[in-house]
Amino acid sequence: MTTFLRDTTTVFSREVKPSLREPVGLLFEMGQPLLFLFLFGSLLDGTVGSSWQWFVPGILVMMCLTGPLAAGYTLLVELIGGSMERMMVTPLNRTAMLVGRTMKEMIVLLVQAVLIILLALPLGFELHPVGVLTGLVQLVIFGVGLGSLSFVLAIKSAPGGTLFYIVSQSIMFPLLLCSGVLLPLDAAPAWLQTIGYANPVTYVVDAQRALFAGDLANLSVLYGTAAACAVAAVGLYLGNRAMRRGV
Amino acid sequence: MIHARGLTREFKVKKETVTAVAGIDLDVEAGQLVAFLGPNGAGKSTTLRMLTTLLPPTSGTATVAGHDVASHPAAVRLRIGYVGQKNSAGENFLVRDELVTQGRCYGLSIRDAAARADELLDLLDLRPLARRKPGTLSGGQRRRLDIALGLIHRPGLLFLDEPSTGLDPKSRADIWQHILRLRETFGTTLFLTTHYLEEADNMAERVVIIDGGRIIADGTAERLKNDLAGDHITITTSTEREARTAARIGDGTATGTTVRLQVPNAAAALPDYLRTLDGAGIKVTTAETARPTLDDVFLALTGRSLTDDDIPA
Repeated sequence: MTTFLRDTTTVFSREVKPSLREPVGLLFEMGQPLLFLFLFGSLLDGTVGSSWQWFVPGILVMMCLTGPLAAGYTLLVELIGGSMERMMVTPLNRTAMLVGRTMKEMIVLLVQAVLIILLALPLGFELHPVGVLTGLVQLVIFGVGLGSLSFVLAIKSAPGGTLFYIVSQSIMFPLLLCSGVLLPLDAAPAWLQTIGYANPVTYVVDAQRALFAGDLANLSVLYGTAAACAVAAVGLYLGNRAMRRGV
Repeated sequence: MIHARGLTREFKVKKETVTAVAGIDLDVEAGQLVAFLGPNGAGKSTTLRMLTTLLPPTSGTATVAGHDVASHPAAVRLRIGYVGQKNSAGENFLVRDELVTQGRCYGLSIRDAAARADELLDLLDLRPLARRKPGTLSGGQRRRLDIALGLIHRPGLLFLDEPSTGLDPKSRADIWQHILRLRETFGTTLFLTTHYLEEADNMAERVVIIDGGRIIADGTAERLKNDLAGDHITITTSTEREARTAARIGDGTATGTTVRLQVPNAAAALPDYLRTLDGAGIKVTTAETARPTLDDVFLALTGRSLTDDDIPA
């Protein structure tokens, strides 16, 4: 266990260093979510009550999807180059390789989430501290699962990488659009709602909205947490298996 | 240091089984410098990946640095270093950071890893590049960094997969100087693949030739050349008819006006041969002798040249 912790720290500190050295990069990664936040937020103002209250949690879930997918990309680059192979020849714990990387992504996600919330405050976003904190924990659990799944995809795609681009590009927008992140699903036709119910992201988005509104007792919080935990469990299981099998 | 028995690796490619390595037996003693030679696709890298625990063998066993690669990979990993074909350092990281991380991967404390990183920066003349990203380094500098990463834990056995490929002659010579110094200073056992024949010939005390997943020759470069290829005499005559006669006399082959013979000692045989041809009234216009190369050895063994890149499947 102590070697596992040490190895996780090793991987985590390796991964986090470039972000600490160039923190501006974190802002650039946030470009698209920020654009969406301000464009859609202004567009929808009034139609869904306070648009910021409704939109900020959605944007956080969106970041939770884009960030970890990008994490898979950085792993893919290392798999195509020789640096991953070099680490695989060391006694470094295989699970630690996964956990350390995922932890770094989660720190980045948290920093970005806090930034978004701070930016939304002057626009009229109402802060419910307990709800927001619970929401962030749920986001991190969800992100751990998504990050791991993205690492699995990267490992399966190496050494070519094409599979990674095809899957990550084609999965991203359907997941987002069928989850009500950008537009409410309430007004959607029945078939679209059915698809939405099959999408785990939908439950997380609903739960985030309830939590950010301070409504901790809402049943959707339970469903969202269950969905996030399920994705995390599947992701960690598959990710760990892929890492252990060797790359 | 390395003891492999019946080491085999198969791959499934579109439902067909392809045997990349077909039952290799290999013993390498501590302190040796072994060059593993073969054409592209012969199974060099696959063998190396099995010996370094990157790839589990389909069958057969290998004990590397005292431990079985399949049952105790972690013990093997702790004792070997590996310099792969591709660049070992991640593009996003600084040179010295990667060295420290590598030390941490082997369980060194932060302080020890940092001290060792600095030692290697000096050893491989990388000190001025410590705070650069790998992308800004030249090919030779990157290769030195790869070697430094492989040496961080002072392994007794270092595997190098084509350490000098793609480098200019000066960088190649420089890399070799570093490799040879390692051996002199630390007695490191070195197992490397290369497709530069002259490198294997000049540097390695032992050459193992692999083709089609099997070891087809194993010995010192000198012995392989003497036993399997022999010296060559090449002469040219003024007419093709004379060339054919000269070939018959010397038991060689004529191509146009050129005659080529294989003999045990060319320098001693040439004067005799020329006198005989003179007596037969054949006018020889040029004559030269050549020591065999490892390519001649490969040609003698397989009928193909090592430098041909097209390997029959």
